[in-house]
Amino acid sequence: MRRAGIVALNTFREAVRDRVLYNLVFFALTMIAASILVGQVSIGIEEMVIVTLGLSAISVIGLLIAVFIGVGLVSREMDKRTLYALLATPVRRWEFLLGKFGGLVLTLTVNTAAMAVGLFLALKLVKQSGQHVEGPVLVAVYFILLKLGLVVALALLFSCFTTPLLSILYTAGLYIAGLFVTDMRNFQSDTMSRALQTLLRWLSYLLPNFQNFDVMAAAAHGRAIPGLLIAQNTAYAVLYCTVVFAAAAAIFTKRNLK
Amino acid sequence: MPGFRAPIVPFHAHKSSLAIDGRSLVLKNVSMATAAIEIEKLTKDYPFGFLHLKKKTSLEGLSMSVADGEVFGFLGPNGAGKTTTIKLLVGLIFPTSGTARILGNSISDISMHADIGYLPEQPYFYDYLTAAELLDYFARIHDLPAQERKARVGGMLKKVGLETARKIQLRKYSKGMLQRIGVAQAILHDPKVVILDEPMSGLDPVGRREVRDIILELKQAGKTVLFSTHILSDAEMLCDRVGVIVGGKLRGVGAPDEIVGLKAQGMEVLFEYAGSTTLLQPFLSKAVQTGKRYRMQVSEADLYSTLQQLGGAGATILSVTQVKSTLEEYFMHLVEGDRAQAPAVEVSGK
Repeated sequence: MRRAGIVALNTFREAVRDRVLYNLVFFALTMIAASILVGQVSIGIEEMVIVTLGLSAISVIGLLIAVFIGVGLVSREMDKRTLYALLATPVRRWEFLLGKFGGLVLTLTVNTAAMAVGLFLALKLVKQSGQHVEGPVLVAVYFILLKLGLVVALALLFSCFTTPLLSILYTAGLYIAGLFVTDMRNFQSDTMSRALQTLLRWLSYLLPNFQNFDVMAAAAHGRAIPGLLIAQNTAYAVLYCTVVFAAAAAIFTKRNLK
Repeated sequence: MPGFRAPIVPFHAHKSSLAIDGRSLVLKNVSMATAAIEIEKLTKDYPFGFLHLKKKTSLEGLSMSVADGEVFGFLGPNGAGKTTTIKLLVGLIFPTSGTARILGNSISDISMHADIGYLPEQPYFYDYLTAAELLDYFARIHDLPAQERKARVGGMLKKVGLETARKIQLRKYSKGMLQRIGVAQAILHDPKVVILDEPMSGLDPVGRREVRDIILELKQAGKTVLFSTHILSDAEMLCDRVGVIVGGKLRGVGAPDEIVGLKAQGMEVLFEYAGSTTLLQPFLSKAVQTGKRYRMQVSEADLYSTLQQLGGAGATILSVTQVKSTLEEYFMHLVEGDRAQAPAVEVSGK
């Protein structure tokens, strides 16, 4: 585990030196521009607009980083052969994977935290209603982080056995499918056979449920988010990540590094 | 004919029998005190084709051992199976069949990696790190204490001649500099067994000399070194024993002088003669002339009579040397023989 931590810190250092965190400048500019404009185009719903815009930006930027860097976590190291010398040390392959996963999650955490600070500053600038949206926004940011962890785990899994391009397609495909799992589960049609309906239902349980993590509307309206949902989503993300990570480790441990 | 260099006598050398089996030469019954690396019938197949039903054999039944404290050179042409063997030993790929042990531990046992150092072929490291950061990273991975880590990193950078470039990111390094930092990370944690895949590749003569010196230092420190190379003169100079692998099969193992000694090719006589050419016509027609000097090869049986006749004709004998084939000639003999047998075979496993 200690070695996984060393790999994770190095992965974080790589992201910093590759200027991944420069996206924060883009986010800051978006928030400043939105704060200025929103007062002129929306009357009385400034907070709602800022929260929706801010959370959307945090989610989209995070997703882009999670997918595009996540798919290269292993394949890039294999292409460049940077992991050869490392895997000849006492680092176990699952420790290497855990380190890469942890490093990217750490990067996303720092990135998301910085963006959240920006969002709260923008909120402070436009605040008029006296409504307390900070709590729900904080939970929404936490859910985005859980979602991003899950996306990184999926990207890492695909990165272990296929090309970066296919990994992007698979990860993005699963993410999009995961946004509709509730619809898939409750989908009823007379024209659909019973077998197909059962298959869809099972598939909806198997696919990662990204719908659960979307509380943007509640946060924008300042509605409290139940503690049970927080616990449920945390447990779900941890469990799903563990299963996906175990699959990735099982594949990578047996892989010949030609 | 290139001159024959004095053979390196392996310090661990024991009586061993050499057997010529067709084109191959196998050192049998190597009685070594302790084997640092033992390989038994190691085979690696790579499946290919759409359904992975076909297979390419990259390594076929390799059996050999490297003694504790020995410098062993692994020779072979491109795609012969050298890198495959090394990757199997360090756990980057897995054998189709066969076993191998390093310091008595199975290669599947990750804990033995603490005692091995490895330089990959054409090494490439995290280019956003500086040389000092990279070595510090590997030192942390090897669990070296903070104080020792700092001293080791500094010492190692000095040893490989990168002290002044310690703060430069690796993306700005030349190929030779990367090779040096690769060697440094391989020996940073003072491993008992050092495995180097083409350590001289990409190095200029100065760099090659430095790596050679490092290998000799490792040998003096009692480390076991296995390295693959294309540069046969380096192998002859450094190795206690060499193994020649061609087409995935081990063709010969032994001390360089033992291997080449099997093909002793007679005696070379160097003499000076300024008299009438008709007197020594039978000899001079076979000799190579450089100024007044003549160089000529004769069989051991004919040596005595040749010297008598040359002396009788007034020639001055300058030297008489036993002629043996070089490692390069032996190597080429094996490679060309293999190509003649199976010209289409090129297994690289890639």
